[in-house]
Amino acid sequence: MKNTIMENKNFRPLDLKKKMRPGESVIQSLLFISGVLSIFITVAIVYELGKEALLFFNNPDVTLTKFFATTQWQPGIGLFGIWPLVTATLTTSAIAIFVSLPLGLAAALFLSEYATPKARSTLKPILEVLAGIPTVVYGYFALLFMTPLLQSIFGESVQVYNMASAGIVMGIMILPLIASMSEDALSAVPRSLREGAYAMGATKFETSIQVVLPASLSGVGAALIIGISRAIGETMIVAIASGSGPNFTFNPFKAAETMTGHIARISGGDLSYNSIDYTSLFAVALMLFLVTLVLNLISQVVVERFREKYE
Amino acid sequence: MQTNETPEYAIETKDLSIFYGAFKAVSDVNMLLEKQKITAIIGPSGCGKSTLLRAFNRMNDFVPNSHVTGEILMRGQNLYGSNIDPVEVRRSIGMVFQKPNPFPKSIYENIAWGARINGFKGNMDELVEQSLRGSALWEEVKDVLQKSAYELSGGQQQRLCIARTIAIQPSIILMDEPASALDPISTLRIEELMQELKKNYTIIIVTHNMQQAARVSDYTAMMMLDKEGSRSGTVIEFSETKRIFTNPKDKRTEDYVTGRFG
Repeated sequence: MKNTIMENKNFRPLDLKKKMRPGESVIQSLLFISGVLSIFITVAIVYELGKEALLFFNNPDVTLTKFFATTQWQPGIGLFGIWPLVTATLTTSAIAIFVSLPLGLAAALFLSEYATPKARSTLKPILEVLAGIPTVVYGYFALLFMTPLLQSIFGESVQVYNMASAGIVMGIMILPLIASMSEDALSAVPRSLREGAYAMGATKFETSIQVVLPASLSGVGAALIIGISRAIGETMIVAIASGSGPNFTFNPFKAAETMTGHIARISGGDLSYNSIDYTSLFAVALMLFLVTLVLNLISQVVVERFREKYE
Repeated sequence: MQTNETPEYAIETKDLSIFYGAFKAVSDVNMLLEKQKITAIIGPSGCGKSTLLRAFNRMNDFVPNSHVTGEILMRGQNLYGSNIDPVEVRRSIGMVFQKPNPFPKSIYENIAWGARINGFKGNMDELVEQSLRGSALWEEVKDVLQKSAYELSGGQQQRLCIARTIAIQPSIILMDEPASALDPISTLRIEELMQELKKNYTIIIVTHNMQQAARVSDYTAMMMLDKEGSRSGTVIEFSETKRIFTNPKDKRTEDYVTGRFG
């Protein structure tokens, strides 16, 4: 057979003029619109939150001093201290991160550095299925399994509704997310770095902890940030297991209502439009937004400080 | 200088074959490598040069299902003996890779880290300075030791990798095409450095560049695939570099070094 490629008969006439490529501009506009839309939606939510929250703060009974410097939250009877809701959110989230970060990182290190390829390809999908369990199931798991377990270990000091049980189960819920994202980050570290470490006489543990982990820190940090955001925003588990009443305490064995749990409970009942209870929910939501934002920023700064950049 | 004395050997292979699963990548290598000399391993792509080099510090252990038969002897100990710790093997046989792979840490820490995990207890600042002087990098980096190693040029990074290797004072240094990713000037510096290192270290280098092998090495091992189409590589000729390039015994070596194929 004759090889026509080697004959190089130009099948295309030479024409270097500018061409119209309508497909390109359509795609470009679509992508642009999608980008703008997502930003617009975020801005719109913040605007709506701010607008309604402003109604709350414009109420003559509410002052910023009361909001930030008192520790009781009962808007219906004129108590406007946001702190009990914030401390409950921070306590449950801290417990969740305390549980999920070390366990998730350990699981990720095992999967990426120690497990055989076969074990990894079996275990990782199972881990990711765990992430699909509905949070309402986790909530009852906390109330009906974790709380009795804590009570049998720590005795009567553990209340029926408590932050510890909700926090631990929330940690279990976030665990697959952190493990899976961290594993991706660890696996993305180039093999040449591991080889370099091994060739220096490093053990597997030294290589994983001192070379691979620091190099993957931006990805692990992203996992942490998403984990924190999930924990702070998680509603069902805390609504079921953590208690239904604002309580200013850091004692994890006590019942206390988080910001999300509070919003869920209050908005579930009859609520008249423009009542103080109604507008107060937007103030809580705005606070929730701010807490998430601030913690995200802090984690980003921390990660940036410790990460070791490879190209 | 010592032509009439019996040479001292740094390492020896006996009937060494390397397998990936059932596939025999390298077969029956018998070599005696002299101390404080540079031995070059040359040969066409895919003939097992890197596989053979990586057998010396047991880097092939990380390839699933790889194993060796035969022995690699270093001072009477078989590196593949059942009582041998591969981590210890790598501590006494260092390696420099094809692509510079400094750790994403500071220049200082790149050297200090290896020394620390190897139990170095002395003056770290001094060790870092001496290692960097030894790899001819000190003058260029002495004022930026805390900067990331990734801010260095490719040639500097490769010299940093050599510095971190000599910082743990191995008896043998393996180099896997250490200059193939570098420009000619950086290559020249690495080659000069090898001559300097040879005074105290035994070096085994894999190279694609025959001029480089001829320039830097004392001995050359010519590798090639087995004739019968078994796809496993072996050392077809091993002798003084001068001899390999001027008067090879094997016709295939002659064809290769004169550029007739490969």
